[in-house]
Amino acid sequence: MIGVGRRILVTGLGTYWGSRIAQALEHDPDVELVVGVDERDPRLPLEKTEFVRADSSYSILARIVQATQVDTILHTHLLVDSTVASGRALHEVNVIGTMNLLAAAGAIDSPVRKLVVKSSTMVYGSNYQDPYFFREQTPRTRPARTTVEKTMVEVAAVVRDFAQDNPAVVVTKLRFANVLGDNVESPFTRLLRLPVAPEVGGFDPRLQFVHEDDIVGALAYATLNDVPGVFNVAGSGVLTWGEVCRIAGKRRLAMPPLFTNWAAEPLRLLRIVDLPPEVTALLRYGRGVDTTSFRQAGFRYGHTTLGTVTAFAQAMRLQHTVGHTPDYQYQSDVEAFFRHSPAVVRETS
Amino acid sequence: MTGLPSPPGPGFTGVVDPTRDAPPQDVTEPAGVNWGVGVTPGAELVPVRRPSAEPDDDGGVRTGDVDGWGRSERVRALARRLYDPVYRRYFRVEWEGLEHIPREGGALLVANHGGAIPSDAPVIMHGIETELARPVYGLADNLFRSVPVVGTLWSRAGGVPAHPDNAFRLLHDEQQLVLVFPEGTKGTGKLVGERYQLRRFGRGGFVEIAMRAGVPIVPIAVVGNEEAMPILAKSSRLAKLLNVPYVPLTANMFLFGPLGGLIMPLPAKFKLRVLPPVHFDVATNQDRYNHSVVLDQSAAIRTKIQDALFDMLRARRSVWSG
Repeated sequence: MIGVGRRILVTGLGTYWGSRIAQALEHDPDVELVVGVDERDPRLPLEKTEFVRADSSYSILARIVQATQVDTILHTHLLVDSTVASGRALHEVNVIGTMNLLAAAGAIDSPVRKLVVKSSTMVYGSNYQDPYFFREQTPRTRPARTTVEKTMVEVAAVVRDFAQDNPAVVVTKLRFANVLGDNVESPFTRLLRLPVAPEVGGFDPRLQFVHEDDIVGALAYATLNDVPGVFNVAGSGVLTWGEVCRIAGKRRLAMPPLFTNWAAEPLRLLRIVDLPPEVTALLRYGRGVDTTSFRQAGFRYGHTTLGTVTAFAQAMRLQHTVGHTPDYQYQSDVEAFFRHSPAVVRETS
Repeated sequence: MTGLPSPPGPGFTGVVDPTRDAPPQDVTEPAGVNWGVGVTPGAELVPVRRPSAEPDDDGGVRTGDVDGWGRSERVRALARRLYDPVYRRYFRVEWEGLEHIPREGGALLVANHGGAIPSDAPVIMHGIETELARPVYGLADNLFRSVPVVGTLWSRAGGVPAHPDNAFRLLHDEQQLVLVFPEGTKGTGKLVGERYQLRRFGRGGFVEIAMRAGVPIVPIAVVGNEEAMPILAKSSRLAKLLNVPYVPLTANMFLFGPLGGLIMPLPAKFKLRVLPPVHFDVATNQDRYNHSVVLDQSAAIRTKIQDALFDMLRARRSVWSG
């Protein structure tokens, strides 16, 4: 392999997570190269990361892997928010994208020795028959019904097969709980940003959240350390939806417990809020996961579930007062200039 | 140890029963203290120990007290205050052998189950929480969880869906007291003529959980409950239609009406006998346990409760006054 440092490929560089993790990794002294692929521009300013525009089914990925000789693939581009993409797009990005990615990673002369996948606790579903704290080996109690959940289950199988077929590759799959953070757009941040937070009448589910910094930290930890296996990542502790809303200072509006998904439909049509079935299921039965094994693997969290919710509530109050900070705009010419122009004075390595 | 079935089969790893050499209990006079009178009303907070408390606390401010199991100590305290008159004046609950319930560490409490809408769970939970100041988590059919309002209240009051993972975590990781009725709905669905005749104890899953968690099983025999809401008849066709375990016609319905007959129990005299804990001398945290050992243990515990029930019923003069 070239050089001594780690050479890392990040998928989904145009997502918040892809950009955040690339930012975190490019400053690590052990990391020699970060290559990011996506069809969209990076979301955050990056200094060293090389950006390749590629469609999300990653058909040219095998060439990129061969050309850059990356030893690690960090797969952050799985869509878990079904409100931002159609069912077909979810399947294309999650299942086909992962398949192409793993085909490239598992090629005969592949340089890849590590794969880290950013997955979701959504693979466990949410049902009244569920245990209160899913462990990594606990199966779903009911088969997946929504498209996004089906694709997540399918991705899990694809990754598991890859791990079995390629014993030389360290495969880490991180299942993240719902994220809350002022920079992120997720079903629950949307619910909490509404003037009143919807709930399913008569239900007050137990929920867990994970802080955006802990997501980046967990991905970086799995990238820089060898921790093969599947791990749940969620802030410790459990809060009920009612308490989350109280901390966020939101009143709740009850939706009918029967035909909830029908009742959610006008809200979607009026563009107030989109509540897909996997979110109404969470508002009904919630979900908890056991987080001991990733702790035992050595990861240290910065935030609990309570801390995550509190931090989000504070960020919302700040935003309420001072408004949003402007988004970063990627300019490819400028970035290419700083990275490759002979005019730029660089430290020789 | 009367009534224990023939020596367990091959693969038996041994059970330590602390009462193996104890003299037989006097069944005509309750051996224990009469716990039903003269104790402080139990509305005060029971401290809920959380050994798995957040190790990396980051200064969040809580607005409620619902724990990881959905249980709220405030709701429990309110429930205890409301239930205390029912417990003391209506059912006039008497305990014996309460000293067999460990003051600390996990234990699986196993009792007989009966009555269309059973009162045994609230009586046992209320009793142990007020007398011993230890919280009790009651395992029940997860069907509860799917009912709006009821499911939430049930969860706040200490109910937990009966999933093996839940039981293990409560017993092993958190060392709590967990109450389970191995008969399940087969116990509560018994007709009045079948009362106090224990049904099958599931598939012995409760024994396996206790072995895995490394905690003792404490059998409890409950007398009175099965007359508090006796089922005179039940319709299996209606039950199938409504997708519930049974649709009962209770004696209470003749007194309190069709709906009240499912809410109001009859004032039967409750007597509870806690039997000595059963310890298992097996390795903890195994994925599987020898099934013949598990089934033998399950049958042995069932027999102990059944024998205690017959003992107590022999001594009982009246359903209503004990």
